[in-house]
Amino acid sequence: MAEFSTPTTEQQFAENFAQLKPVMNRTEALYESSRCLFCFDAPCIKACPSGIDIPQFIRQINSGNDTGAARTIYEANYFGNACGKVCPTEVLCEGACVYNLQEVKPIEIGRLQSYATTKAINSGKHLFGSGADNGKKVAVIGAGPAGISAACELRALGYGVDVFEAKAQPSGLTVYGVAPYKITNEETLAEMAYLQAQFGYNVHFNSAISSRAELKKLEEKYDAIFLGIGLGKTNELGLPGEDKINCTGAVEFIAELRQHHHEVAVGRKVIVLGGGNTAMDAASESSRLGAETVLLAYRRAKEEMGAYEFEYDLAKGVGVRGLFNVAPVEITGNGYVAGVKFIRTETKDGKVQEIAGSEFVEPCDMVIKATGQAKQTEFLSLIPGLKLDGKGRILANAHTGQTSNPKYFASGDAWNGGAEVVNAAAEAKLTARGIHAYLSK
Amino acid sequence: MPDLSINFAGIKSPNPFWLASAPPTNSGYQVMKAFDAGWGGAVWKTLGVPVVNVSSRYGGVNYRDKRLVGFNNIELISDRPLSHNLREIEEVKKRFPNHAVIASLMVQSRQEWHDIVRQSQDAGADGFELNFGCPHGMCERGMGSAVGQEPKVLQMIVEWVMEVAQKPVIVKLTPNISDITEPAMAARRGGADAISLINTIQSIVGVDLDKFAPYPIVDGKGTNGGYCGPAVKPIALNMVKNCAQHPDIKLPISGIGGIENWRDAVEHILLGASSVQVCTAAMHFGFGIIREMTSGLEQYMVEKGFNTINDMVGKALPNVLHWEDLNMKYKVTANINEDKCIGCQLCYTACEDGAHQAIKLNAGTRVPEIIEENCVGCNLCSLVCPVEQCITMEQTDSGTQHLTWKERTEAGDIPTKFEDEKAGGRHHWVPEPAAALGKERHKTLPGKARLYSGETQVPAQAEA
Repeated sequence: MAEFSTPTTEQQFAENFAQLKPVMNRTEALYESSRCLFCFDAPCIKACPSGIDIPQFIRQINSGNDTGAARTIYEANYFGNACGKVCPTEVLCEGACVYNLQEVKPIEIGRLQSYATTKAINSGKHLFGSGADNGKKVAVIGAGPAGISAACELRALGYGVDVFEAKAQPSGLTVYGVAPYKITNEETLAEMAYLQAQFGYNVHFNSAISSRAELKKLEEKYDAIFLGIGLGKTNELGLPGEDKINCTGAVEFIAELRQHHHEVAVGRKVIVLGGGNTAMDAASESSRLGAETVLLAYRRAKEEMGAYEFEYDLAKGVGVRGLFNVAPVEITGNGYVAGVKFIRTETKDGKVQEIAGSEFVEPCDMVIKATGQAKQTEFLSLIPGLKLDGKGRILANAHTGQTSNPKYFASGDAWNGGAEVVNAAAEAKLTARGIHAYLSK
Repeated sequence: MPDLSINFAGIKSPNPFWLASAPPTNSGYQVMKAFDAGWGGAVWKTLGVPVVNVSSRYGGVNYRDKRLVGFNNIELISDRPLSHNLREIEEVKKRFPNHAVIASLMVQSRQEWHDIVRQSQDAGADGFELNFGCPHGMCERGMGSAVGQEPKVLQMIVEWVMEVAQKPVIVKLTPNISDITEPAMAARRGGADAISLINTIQSIVGVDLDKFAPYPIVDGKGTNGGYCGPAVKPIALNMVKNCAQHPDIKLPISGIGGIENWRDAVEHILLGASSVQVCTAAMHFGFGIIREMTSGLEQYMVEKGFNTINDMVGKALPNVLHWEDLNMKYKVTANINEDKCIGCQLCYTACEDGAHQAIKLNAGTRVPEIIEENCVGCNLCSLVCPVEQCITMEQTDSGTQHLTWKERTEAGDIPTKFEDEKAGGRHHWVPEPAAALGKERHKTLPGKARLYSGETQVPAQAEA
């Protein structure tokens, strides 16, 4: 028996994918903000990759200065609302809240943050603007958290900014990759529209930069180029049968889901391959789409999963079952997916070893591969002199984001290998300053 | 079981909790409902001259998420016809003969006082409370606090009342005066049987930031009101104590001011009150709060072995002294219980910025450390600490020495220079002013500031 019935309307979709962190009303925000202790040298700030002055904005909310609170948040992080909703706050700010040590519920920092920023966004209040035009121009490739954050900061510093985005909407994985119960498309896009109205950068949608010729044009026209390209498609597993119908990548599956909601069909019996946070999302989502059984298959032991504990709990909470120490060896079926052949594994001295003769087939009608995203090495090879590390990540100065090609700067997943929205937002701000320092020489 | 009943200056009541003269005692309906709920007595909303009220009468002080920690009103005395009030007093007394019904009164001339005392007496009131306290409206007409602030006038009116009163007379005092014992003494000289205090404190509870007008706003304007609620308890307690300790007043005291639970009531009683009156809490939460108050009081009496309310009246008074009589040899030092500390460091910043720089932070831990030699034992850290019993103030003197300022004065040992062992700079060091400037870490460095200072942890290990 499925936990959720298959949603057939937008209404049903919204119910199955109800927001985990719904926006607070004024009373809730008042009560919650009243609990904040205003710690000295607050651990929550230190735990925030973007260093938002959390006690300050909570105090501002408490005194009825919601606008000031939004300003405090955006000064540190342009994805203020998105981060409030999608950040793994359990392991960041809220995980650091001193109340945890007292066995008292930590302050709901994420929801308070979204309370303040949502108010600012909805009111359209003008909090920031572009700096005086300094005559220089920067091209930003990718309108994800890194690209948009860089664009905002660069505009504040007086640069002309053109953002080139392959897809039709801004915010990258925030609108194409995050689970729908974490943030809605409307919320995501409203923040993007708000930022663009404040800072006035240009975004060219459906404008993939993919050839040397296009890059060359950018190099000629712009003083610097910011790479906020993120990661690519889901890694191929290299298994027989991977091309069967209904075997899909998690990133692609979630992107479809975010755009087409209940119109996305899911199998009756879904197997998700992987043990990271994306695997948890894909499994949860399959269940919420009405799959009868959802199996999460991971090569190693439960304790070795890369996913946050609360993400696994969330998946379990919607009926997902875990299958551990199994490695897929083949996707079976005749045209359509009919099952996954696994082999059992054990971990010896930190290495996964297959147990000979332990193969078995787990029937299913859909396979979602959440086995990591490929790096965009092919595209990056088009940039002269750009160095990557052994894992395909762009090498760049930790303080300025400048790559080995001095005209190119990088932030976000393409640089850090794949992290949270908040990391990209924080890095891009730093890198924008790196660009400014470089162009001000 | 302890006996909660009282005999207050001749007024009997099944428990010491009375509703104060105010909106909750505006009608027989409310008073009967209150008695039914468990209240021991009620001081009727003041009877007196005809008045007309304005609309928009109350203002509140909210603290963070807590509503009405302070409250004020600009309502006048009863605006209902005297005959209605008297008839209802009679009805309530018939239905609740063992409960205390006290008529609060406020009129002007001697004849008026005589008339209203007689009428209330005839209606069956168990006693009178003379309202010499209202600090708004009525005082502009020469009544209320205008009387309470003039001991001679107060005494004269009490004398008028005593000419005809056959039931106990309580004089309600206004706190809007520099020495509360002066009107209390005037009440005694006039022959009153008891005093009650405090009435409300003249106040402005807040200003509307958009309308530029004080609360409560009446057609864009406002006036001072009378302040009450939890926030006034400390002022009330001190005034109750002052009257209770005064050697010549010697009148039963009905304690009023900030009482909302049994603890508040016990505090008033321990400082000398033998009945207590409640208004704001009843206005905020309704009459149902009485159940918690009586049960809490009863439990406290059981635990302390008090059989009657009188056993505990004034029990704290011997321990309330003048400053000059406190033992200067007593010394406490803050102690942080590391197992309980949650690392908020509020004690650190409070001591740094608000006290004597006697707490330091150490690398590698969020648990602050007390610099014992610099701790003057001020209590601040223990007061700001959000964890129960985490910071305790431990006695660090030998406990054998006793020396008061008074004793030093009498022995001619008053310091003429700042060289005493307790003096700042001798007992505890004081940092050089310029040392403050090097302390960036004394504030959190969020967002942009952290970026500039290079404190942000850079996520990618990759270096070009």
